[in-house]
This record gives sequence, C-alpha cells and structure tokens, in this order.
Amino acid sequence: MQSMKKVIGSIEFGILSPQEIRKMSAAEITVPDTYDDDGYPIEGGLMDKRLGVIDPGLRCETCGARAGECPGHFGHVELARPIIHVGFAKTIHRVLESTCRECGRIKLTDEEIEEYTHKFEVMGDRKKAKDRLIKEIHKKAKERMVCPHCGAPQFPIKFERPTIYWELRKDEEGNEYRHRMMPSEVRDRLEKIPDKDLPLLGLHPEKARPEWMVLTVLPVPPVTMRPSITLESGIRAEDDLTHKLVDIIRINNRLKSNIEAGAPQLIIEDLWDLLQYHVTTYINNETSGIPPAKHKSGRPLKTLSQRLKGKEGRFRGNLSGKRVNFSARTVISPDPMISINEVGVPLAVAMELTVPEKVTEFNFEKLKQRVLNGPEKYPGANYVIDPEGRRIRLMENNLEIIAEKLDLGWTVERHLEDGDIVLFNRQPSLHRMSIMAHRVRVMPYKTFRLNLAVCPPYNADFDGDEMNLHVPQTEEAQAEAKILMEVQNHIISPRYGGPLIAGMQDHISGGYLLTREGAYFTRSEVEQMLMFAGVDVGELPKPDKVENGVELWSGKTIFSLLLPGDLTIWYRNKLCDDPERCETLERLIEEKLVPDEEEVKKLAYDGFTYILNGKLLSGVVDKKAYGREDGKLLDLIVREYGVERARQFLDQVTKLTIWVITHRGFTTAIDDEDLPVEALDRIREIIREAEERVNRLIEAYKNGELEPLPGKTLEETLESNIMAVLAEARDNAGKVAERYLGMTNHAVIMAKTGARGKMLNITQMAAMLGQQSIRGKRLYRGYRGRVLTHFKPGDLGAKARGFVTNSYKSGLTPQEYFFHAMGGREGLVDTAVRTAQSGYMQRRLINALQDLKVDYDGTVRDPTGIIVQFRYGEDGVDPMKSWQGKTVDVDRVIIRTLLKVRGGGE
Amino acid sequence: MATKKEFNVFAHELVPEHRVLSEEERETLLRKYRIKISQLPQIKASDPAVVALDAKPGDVIEIKRKSPTAGYYYYYRLVVED
Ligand SMILES: [Mg+2]
Ligand SMILES: [Zn+2]
Ligand SMILES: [Zn+2]
Repeated sequence: MQSMKKVIGSIEFGILSPQEIRKMSAAEITVPDTYDDDGYPIEGGLMDKRLGVIDPGLRCETCGARAGECPGHFGHVELARPIIHVGFAKTIHRVLESTCRECGRIKLTDEEIEEYTHKFEVMGDRKKAKDRLIKEIHKKAKERMVCPHCGAPQFPIKFERPTIYWELRKDEEGNEYRHRMMPSEVRDRLEKIPDKDLPLLGLHPEKARPEWMVLTVLPVPPVTMRPSITLESGIRAEDDLTHKLVDIIRINNRLKSNIEAGAPQLIIEDLWDLLQYHVTTYINNETSGIPPAKHKSGRPLKTLSQRLKGKEGRFRGNLSGKRVNFSARTVISPDPMISINEVGVPLAVAMELTVPEKVTEFNFEKLKQRVLNGPEKYPGANYVIDPEGRRIRLMENNLEIIAEKLDLGWTVERHLEDGDIVLFNRQPSLHRMSIMAHRVRVMPYKTFRLNLAVCPPYNADFDGDEMNLHVPQTEEAQAEAKILMEVQNHIISPRYGGPLIAGMQDHISGGYLLTREGAYFTRSEVEQMLMFAGVDVGELPKPDKVENGVELWSGKTIFSLLLPGDLTIWYRNKLCDDPERCETLERLIEEKLVPDEEEVKKLAYDGFTYILNGKLLSGVVDKKAYGREDGKLLDLIVREYGVERARQFLDQVTKLTIWVITHRGFTTAIDDEDLPVEALDRIREIIREAEERVNRLIEAYKNGELEPLPGKTLEETLESNIMAVLAEARDNAGKVAERYLGMTNHAVIMAKTGARGKMLNITQMAAMLGQQSIRGKRLYRGYRGRVLTHFKPGDLGAKARGFVTNSYKSGLTPQEYFFHAMGGREGLVDTAVRTAQSGYMQRRLINALQDLKVDYDGTVRDPTGIIVQFRYGEDGVDPMKSWQGKTVDVDRVIIRTLLKVRGGGE
Repeated sequence: MATKKEFNVFAHELVPEHRVLSEEERETLLRKYRIKISQLPQIKASDPAVVALDAKPGDVIEIKRKSPTAGYYYYYRLVVED
C-alpha cells in the first residue's frame, strides 16, 4: 500500500531489554525446525507464520497480509540460562571492574562522583572528550581495592576472549585462586548497579541498563529478513541466520531439559558454554578466539555482524550508496547545437526511462495519447498508476481499455520528453558541478550529447567517456533540481569566483577572427551567421562601410548584437603588447566615462577591449572575454544580467564563433612552424654565443676565477650561472621566432588569444627545445661523470648536460632525444604522484568537512551544534556570489552609478 | 633556571588580541547564538595567551583576529582544563 508513508523524526540507539524483546515478539520459538514434510511452516518453528510469510499464497498470522506486503514480525527465544552478548563483552568487563562486587556502586568517592558529574555537564556532546573521561573514570575505579561506599574488599577481574570472566580471589589464608564467573553471576552484579551511577560509566539508565548486555531472551528476526530459497531441484536452502538459530534453539532445549532433569553441574556448564558459542557466532562469526561456524560445504556462515560490515555490508553497500532505478549510462559525444543546459538523450533511453505525470484537466488529452501510444511508440508511456495506487503495465493489448479508464487522479509514467529535467553526472564526482540538472533533448543514435562548454565542470572529453543520467520522480525533486542544480547556476565556480562553464578552443579563436580589426562580412554572411547562432534581430544595423557597392559589416558590430544594450566594460586583453596604446584609451575612458564613439574608434586597438552600452568599440574578444577562469565579459553578464541571460549569451556566442571559424577556415600544420633562413641563422648564432658563454664560465670555474654567489658553493654557482645563460638563450630564440610568426599564423592566434597552447610550445616546435631538467637541475645522472657515453667524463658543457638546440620541427639528435625522454619522464611521474596524493587529500578533507553546515544564523556548526565559525568564511559571503573573492566590487558600483547618471544605455 | 625573562605574548605581531568576557557578555553571547556553553570552541588553560590573561576554566575568551575577508573577525573560545 502506498499510504504507509512515514517520516523519521529521530533515531535513538539503545539496548533492548528482555521486556521489550518479549513485547515486540509475535511468537515464542521453541522448535528447532523450519518446514514440515509437506513444506508447510511448523508452528513454533523458525518459519512460524506469526513471524510473517514468504511463500506466495500463505497469509501472515500476525497482520493478515500476504507475502510481499507483510513486513515481517520478530519472535523470541527464552534462553535457559543467561548468555553474554559478544558485542558488549568488553563493556561488561569495564563495568564489572568499575563497580563494587557487593553493593554495586561505582568505586568512586562521593566527591569524585560530584566532580566527574560536573565535568560531564560542561562537556556537552563532544564524543572524544567524553570517551577520554570515561576511560579516566574506569582507570581510577578499577584500582580501588576497597569499596568507598560499603568497605567491601574487591578483586581484580580478568577477561578471557571472547566471553569468559575470571575473578582473581584470595581466601582467608591469602592464597590466590581463580573463580569463573558464569553469565548469571555477571548479570546479578550488573543488576545491582544503581541508575544514578550509570552516567559515569557512559551508560543511559533508561536506554542501556548494563544487565541487558547479558541476554536472557534472544530476539528472532522475521522470516522476511532470512528467506529460504527453493533451488531448481526443489530442495529448500535456508538462510545462514536460520541455520544458526536452529543450532541455538536445539542446544537451548537440551540445556533446559538437562536442568529440569537435574543433570550434573559439569554437563550443564558444558551445554551452557556450547549455547554461548552458538549465540556468539550468531552475532559475529568473525569473533577472535573462537572457530567460525561453518556450513556443510566448509564456507563460514554470514551472520549478523557480517551483514552490516564492510564495503558490501548494509551501511556502505545499501545505505550510503545504492543501485537506483530511473537511471541510464552511455558514451558521451559533443553537440555544439544544443544549449549548455540541455542533454541529448538517445531515443532508446527515452523510451525506457519514465516520468510520472499526474492526470489533470490540463494534460488529460496529452496523457491519453501517451497511453494510446503505449511502450512501443514514442512518445508513449510504460505504466499507469490508478487512484488506488496500483501500477498497471501498459501492453499492446490493454492500451485502449486503459486509455478509456484514464481519469483525474491517475498517474501516467510517460516516456522522457523534450524539456524534462534530469540529473547528469560524470565520475569521479569530486565537486558539486559533477552532477548538474539538464533539460532533455531526445535524439537518434546511441550516445548522450552535451554542449562543449559544460565539459570543464565534468572534466569530460569524448575519447570514450561515459556518463550517468537520473530522472527525478517527484515534482519536489524536479523543482529542486531546476532551481539549485541547473547548469546556468554553475557558470561561476565557487572555487575562484570566475566562470567555469565557458567558451573553449575554437570559440576563442573564432571570437578573435570575428572581432579583430579589419574583419568585415557581407550581408549574406551576416544573415547566415546570425541565423546559425539563433540571434533574432528584427533588422540589421547600418553597414559599417560600403565597398564597390557591397555592404559590409564589421565583426565587432555583429558581436555587439549578442550583448545586453547597456553593458559597459573595459579591460586589457591577452593581445595587449603595447601598454601605451592601452593606457591612452584607458585614460580617455576613465576621464570622460561616455566618450565620443568616433574618438574611440580612432584610438581603437586589438589589445584593449572596450564595450560601451553594448557596442564593442575597441579590441577583440579572446579568452579574457568569455574563456574559462578569466572571462570578464561572461562574468559580468552572469552578475549583472542573471544566469539565464548568461546562458543565452554563451549559447549564441559559441555558435556564432563556430560559424565564423568553419566558414573562414582554421587549421594548423607543420608550415606554421616555418621560419625564414635569416631567423634560423639568428637562432643558430644565439645558440653558438650561449655555448661559448657556458664554456667561458666553465673555464673560469676551472681556473678558480669564479666568484661564489652568497649561500652557494662554487659548483652550485657555476650551475646556476649556466642555467641562467641557457634559459636566456632559449628565450631569445623564442623571441626571434615570435618576430617572424605573426597573427596570420594559426598556431600563434591560438596561443595569443588563449584558445590553446602557449607561445613556449610554438618556440619549442619552431626554434629550439632548450634545457631539459630534472628537479630543476640540469641532467647529471647516468654514467660516472657523464649522462651519456657519447660525452667525455666530467664534461660540463651545455650539450653534454641536456641542452637541446634542435626544435621539434628540425628533429632531435639521438642524444637529445634521450635527454628529452629523461626530462619528459619527470613530468609523467609527477602527474601520477600528484593525482594520487590530491585524491587522497580530497577524500580526507571531505570526510572531515562533510557534516559541517552553515546555519540560518550564519554560523558554521557540526551536527551536534558545536560552533566552528561564528560567521561563514569570517565575512559570511558565498564565494560563488563574490567578486573574485571580494564581497563587493566598489569600483564597479561607482562606474555603474556614474554611467547611469551620465547617460548610458538605450 | 635563573631569572626568567619577561615575555609578553601579546606584543608579538602574529598573536591576536585576547580578552576575557565578563559574566554579562558571556550570557549575551550564549543567547545570541542560542547555544550551551559546551557548544563553544575551546582553548586549553595552558595556552600561553590564556595563561597571560590569567583566565580560568569556564571563562570565555574573545579573540579579535585580523581577517583577509572581513577586516576584523571575533572568535570566542571556552577555556577548558587540559
Ligand atoms: Mg576521457
Ligand atoms: Zn505480518
Ligand atoms: Zn560496595
């Protein structure tokens, strides 16, 4: 029944008392057997129908429900003699040692009791401190050999694993002897301890009386917890717990009859110990000190403790993490045409996953059609739920009947459709952006499709990565996902307060190609690219110029169409290599705030981006506009125009730039690393000079003319001087290469705009690789006095110690190749080590921090209410809503105010 | 040991200001955050700053720290035995 919904208010842990066990018991179990010869449950046996039923057709004798609906009910066994509960054996020992053997009081003086009681009060809920104090009390009490309350002499108590206690007594003559304390004696002593002393022993007087740790009644779990399985051969196989309970009841009955028959004490004690063994292994079959109970086949039984423990146990395997329905997993592939908050779902997946939709008068017709389509035809439905909560599977033959019956109050589990909210996830789920909410787009083929801009938060690529998809099943879950988890809410990373979901690679290169000075497009081009990007402008703006009767629009004008009309921002971008021109512009803008457009256009410079009232007047867009981490423009749109506008901007700008880059053509090939002869000559000259300087340094060192640097030995001085010379040589070679490789070179465009790669990579391809190093030092290990046998021992020269003068393009000599392999290995080792170490650190940090939360009063507290910070982050600011970590950007506020006053925005 | 040299911990640049709260201030604090005294962060009685202030277990210390995000930030700790 669906109506059994209950809410957990609180959970309390305690020890079951014998009375409670009897009270919750539906039946006393006395027969050590399960089914009779006809396969019918034996009354009073372990499969008694009062404990619930698992066989179809039978009804539970306690609640009257059938198998599957009856939750099962506990029974009990009256133990003939008390039995120690292994789980509490150590605690029992501690309590026995801490209390008087005669009067049961804790062996502390009244003053000490008062002192410790006070300490407990001050301490509150701190578990660690409590444990420490309990240990201290135990230590003090057990050393008291005379009871401070009744004056009775005390004896040490020895605990022998797993469940035996010895008292080391002395008779009148002072002879020591050992007395075995049977569980009944232990229980008698525990019973004597008064309630008021229990808190000092770490026990709760109502929820954990110490004598309850010695069992007199054993609960028998419901049959639903230990169902028997019928094999194909028709033989019943019982659960391990049932096997163990059979043993317990059999021995318990034997013990009982022996006691009643007045059997000798020795026989009774043997049986008692045997019963103790069975109960111990029933609770924990991995108890040290006793052999584990085994199945006939020799396999150790899986008893209570084993069900809970370990990775596949109840806690880690079924509660902290579990397998779920309404989920899908497949390979991912890119789709630049869908929005960043969409996910392409294969049709086959969409027809398997369902969303429950309640029938209302508004969706009645739609849902009726879904039912008529059924499970085979998209968009259809797989199940309906009638007002009584019955789930009915839709099949070819019942579609019409059910569609006819469909009415308000029914629920249709319809196929996934466009616009449904789903959760999308990629492991390892290291941060909250690893699971975000997307809207469904049902598509052909068999992969999940996602927009390239959301790859960074998932750390996804398309070399075979798979991702998971989950469908929230209630309106609450769907609303929560939409409000808290949708992709656009995570454009800004809480880690560094800048965009994490942003344009990448071709989006950046394309942005440059579109907006650089001198980029003009014809009417048909402009119309095409705007259509492609989904930008709706009623009418194109005035053309920027007309050449030979052809209207031309500049890229800057087109780009401006994507921007909010009153957006104003200026900054130096990645291409700024002439600080003076930037400064002139900056000064003009800051002085006038709303300068004359023509004036700006005269000063316009690709390296300085200036957007005034939604018009790009100067500069290109590059990584600093809408790239990851430092996309200032995107950042501003998110903050001042909201996440929805930012999503729209990101969707449009990525499509627009992709159109530009595909239609203009963009590629990089080996000829991007071609240098003219004079450049190569110059580089060769630089290398020659550097080698010469190194040789001179070595000469000076050998002649003892080298002055050691402060804090360094002569050798270290020589090394650092050589390193400096060689680093300079590579830099100079790089500069030479850079001089000949301009912005017509695609590799350079990518490096300079921040789309992909660094200038260093190009230098290494075109000019030279430079010094290879391990741990910041020139290579020195290998053979005695030399790295490779191709050099003379003791050769300190540049070439002998890993200076590679060739470029990737010119090709490395065998020696250089080997040096490069040595340097390259270090990088590989460190990444491997680093990921392992940071993963471990991350896990430890999460474990330590996961339960802390920010309360409504702004404090950070642990689950018991202990304060960790009086104000979150000391300033109470959400880093995701901060301005690069600062609470407010005062400059920005001033600028916005001034702009409003001096007339900005259309 | 011969004459122990006087050393004032609070003179050190890295030691923030410490102050013992009055009975009244302590009650206000507990009321403000709606906490029991045991839910405050703690500081050992042997802490040099606590020793210098001559504070006893049960006292609450106010620490005025410089904060890179908030300018100044007040933190409260309950003195406990160690
Ligand atoms: Mg991959
Ligand atoms: Zn039942
Ligand atoms: Zn006593």
